[in-house]
Amino acid sequence: MASKLLGAHVKRKEDPRLITGSSQYVGDVAMPGMQHVAFVRSPHAHAKVRSIKTAAAQKQPGVVAVVTGQDLKPHFAPIPTATVSAEGGTAGEIKLGRQHYPLSVDRVRYVGEPVAAVIGASAEAAADAAALVEVDWEPLPAVADAFAAMAAGAPQLFDDAPKNIEHSNTIKAGDADAAFAKAHKVVKQRMNSQRLSGIPMETRAVLAAPDFASGGLTVWATHQAPHVLRGGLADALRMPQNQIRVICPEVGGGFGVKFGTYPEDVTVAALARLRKVPLRWVESRVEHMTGTTHGRAQMTDLEAAVDADGRITGLKMHVVADIGAYPIFTFIPDLTLMMGVGVYQVKNVELKSTCVFTNTTSVAAYRGAGRPEAAYYLERLVDCIALELGKPPEEIRRVNFIPPNAFPYAAPTGQNYDSGEYARALARSLEVSKYPALRAEQRQRLEKNDRKLLGVGMACYVEMCGFGPYESAMIRVEPSGTVTAYTGASAHGQGHETTFAQLIADYLGVDFDQVIVRHGDTTGAPMGFGTGGSRSLVVGGSAMVKAAEKVQERARRIAASMLEAAFEDVVVTDGRYHVKGAPAKSLALAQIAEKAYGEGLPPGMEPGLEATEYFRPPQLVYPFGAHVAVVEVDRDTGRIHLRAYVSVDDCGTRVSPLLVDGQVHGGIAQGVAQSLLEEVVYDRDGQLVTGSLMDYAIPRAEDLPFFVTDQTVTVSPFNPLGAKGIGEAATIGSTPAIVNAVVDALRPFGVRHLDMPLRPERVWRAMQAGGKK
Amino acid sequence: MTTFHVNGRAVNVTADPDKPLLWVLREDLQLTGTKFGCGMALCGACTVHLDGSAARSCVTPLSAVEGRRVTTIEGLVRGGRLHPVQEAWIEQDVPQCGYCQSGQVMSAAALLTAQKRPTDADIDAAMSGNICRCGTYQRIRAAIKQAAGRMGKGA
Repeated sequence: MASKLLGAHVKRKEDPRLITGSSQYVGDVAMPGMQHVAFVRSPHAHAKVRSIKTAAAQKQPGVVAVVTGQDLKPHFAPIPTATVSAEGGTAGEIKLGRQHYPLSVDRVRYVGEPVAAVIGASAEAAADAAALVEVDWEPLPAVADAFAAMAAGAPQLFDDAPKNIEHSNTIKAGDADAAFAKAHKVVKQRMNSQRLSGIPMETRAVLAAPDFASGGLTVWATHQAPHVLRGGLADALRMPQNQIRVICPEVGGGFGVKFGTYPEDVTVAALARLRKVPLRWVESRVEHMTGTTHGRAQMTDLEAAVDADGRITGLKMHVVADIGAYPIFTFIPDLTLMMGVGVYQVKNVELKSTCVFTNTTSVAAYRGAGRPEAAYYLERLVDCIALELGKPPEEIRRVNFIPPNAFPYAAPTGQNYDSGEYARALARSLEVSKYPALRAEQRQRLEKNDRKLLGVGMACYVEMCGFGPYESAMIRVEPSGTVTAYTGASAHGQGHETTFAQLIADYLGVDFDQVIVRHGDTTGAPMGFGTGGSRSLVVGGSAMVKAAEKVQERARRIAASMLEAAFEDVVVTDGRYHVKGAPAKSLALAQIAEKAYGEGLPPGMEPGLEATEYFRPPQLVYPFGAHVAVVEVDRDTGRIHLRAYVSVDDCGTRVSPLLVDGQVHGGIAQGVAQSLLEEVVYDRDGQLVTGSLMDYAIPRAEDLPFFVTDQTVTVSPFNPLGAKGIGEAATIGSTPAIVNAVVDALRPFGVRHLDMPLRPERVWRAMQAGGKK
Repeated sequence: MTTFHVNGRAVNVTADPDKPLLWVLREDLQLTGTKFGCGMALCGACTVHLDGSAARSCVTPLSAVEGRRVTTIEGLVRGGRLHPVQEAWIEQDVPQCGYCQSGQVMSAAALLTAQKRPTDADIDAAMSGNICRCGTYQRIRAAIKQAAGRMGKGA
């Protein structure tokens, strides 16, 4: 079958509505008689709730009702904390003692935890009244640091988690101790992957309205997985799933933080059901900083046993992960361990993780979810090895790469890497960035005592993505020949309406402009796990391919009867269905559809032209790449200027190169931001210091250079597209590339490692400490 | 009651004079194309034109627009034709999630009305108040340059 659109640059279907202000996000959806909800949140990091007085708030103009956690307790179950998962599964046994009600009762464990809700005629009236709800708090000692939380005498968040440890994990293979015992050198380093906040431009929002037809609810939510939210709401509200419809209209960015069943989602839905009125809540940005889950927040000790050539013979890693107040997505540090050897052939490993509760906002998924951390640790460690052995960083990488003939590669961490050519990606990135010239320039600047130091950093990454358990697709050719498709993936900027339409147009021989792809509505695709974990093309697209093949087969069968030919002889070429070798007599899909839905079908043939298919990925897929960053560091101020960036990424088959680039650009932006700008800071008492965009530094246009994006293509054998994910890959590669570049620039000062974010002050102090040059 | 012009039409709005223009537009006038991002003029999502210049509507009180001309994203399309900035946005495939794009387009349109041939530094300075979390900055810059070329020719 000839592919016209696969791999082509087509205009995104989404763009015209996005640039004219015509699309609808949850905050733009209004229902007749709609009221507004505001939340009363804890100002304490840890406290008991003695009582809540609502009389003063209730008297305010425009206030309809004020409800507390006690009031609503009979109407909902505790939040199903383990349903947040791109995998759609649970992260282990749910410990009931570690749950909390959507409006917490008796005790709160982080600043921002909601305990009461106000319903008002306007959002303003509700918010004003929320400030007048009187909560009698009994503050408790709080702990905001994972290490402090594990120390003796620390405040305990849960009775069944001694030392505040939620769970630990170990991956062991080979004999790491033996490798370390006979190592030529042991290289050690402690590194952080600091706490981050997703900050999608659209804050969270939910609108719940009674649906009298089903006796249940329609819920609009800015969310990454409508079916998963539906399941979570059904559990929390003790309602049947078929009475809840979730609609994710336009979603303004997710980045992993719009998964899960949040307290506000359940509360608004419960109240709408009880009061039989549409209710909407839109998160303020200040609420977002504590109310929406954070990411990363790991501190890790690494040790590598190396031989004289720089070969890593043994690796030890201990990740201490701060998971915040409640367990939401606590297998993320396990993912870090699973990617613990990266692109390197290391056989002897001892990798550990410890997840620790603290009185802070819960830490869950954020672009990469555990894999950026692993790539960062390894790529920084490799540069430390290079420094200690006095060898070039690229050489240490080359000597350790898993070779191309080793795939599929069974990593000692239990991951089966599908395909990869790591040396080729690195070579390409060094070629495109003109690496030798950069090193020459670096030397010249040092010789001239230039006030601006040049630094070049590289990072080679591999990551695990394309999570299942499966995805669904439904394709229907309408009687007029246009096509409607439904996917269980749930785009929030990625462009699936475009990519999937490309696939369908190719398979069915219909014009790209005649295909509409719908997503985000539980009445559409039968079941789905949404968009995250870089799965939509691999799993969702493969399901779409299967459905398209089925529809094409049905169309060919009907065409065969119309052409009075054998089914086996009918092919599709350039949008026409005809007998092989006889293209003059052909049919368009529209003609076939007319027959399919009309009265003239031959006996025995079923009417209609549609198919529903599922794709279960046999395993994960492993995109990889090599990034090179070029920085200039000002000796006098410590300011870093990111001068150039080259990204070579391999996501297998590139169905929509334009959409791949979109993900790469966005991924790099967030990876750069972790290295240079962002950090969520709490004080010792669990008070959030970085409480607004004034303190939390999001990259702006002038912070990012022109990215040069390049690629290699190494197909995956594990799905019909041969694709791998790309949504998180560039974030994973970029953070270590930047930090390696800065540390490289600071080599004359004897700097071996610097923790992120690399603020000017931190860089400046490192130069001062290293001695005058 | 406050009287002003929105997208060429005279409007009368009865609301608290302190009510931010952003919410007047979205709630009183049902013009939801202008978005809320932070409420503190730190992100640029709420950018509109006030007498042709870029303004953050989340911190512009209703009282400040009495008698003035406001243009929102909905007002850029004239006679069914996209504004040159919008055309360039399509040609350069700018958006991802789209949430910041109303503000980006409005800031860019104001810049190009004021400066026919902005330099890279001019562009950065004018656009630095508009955050895009999806990282479309590179394409925004390309689209602004393309639109500048067109608008300079009197397109």
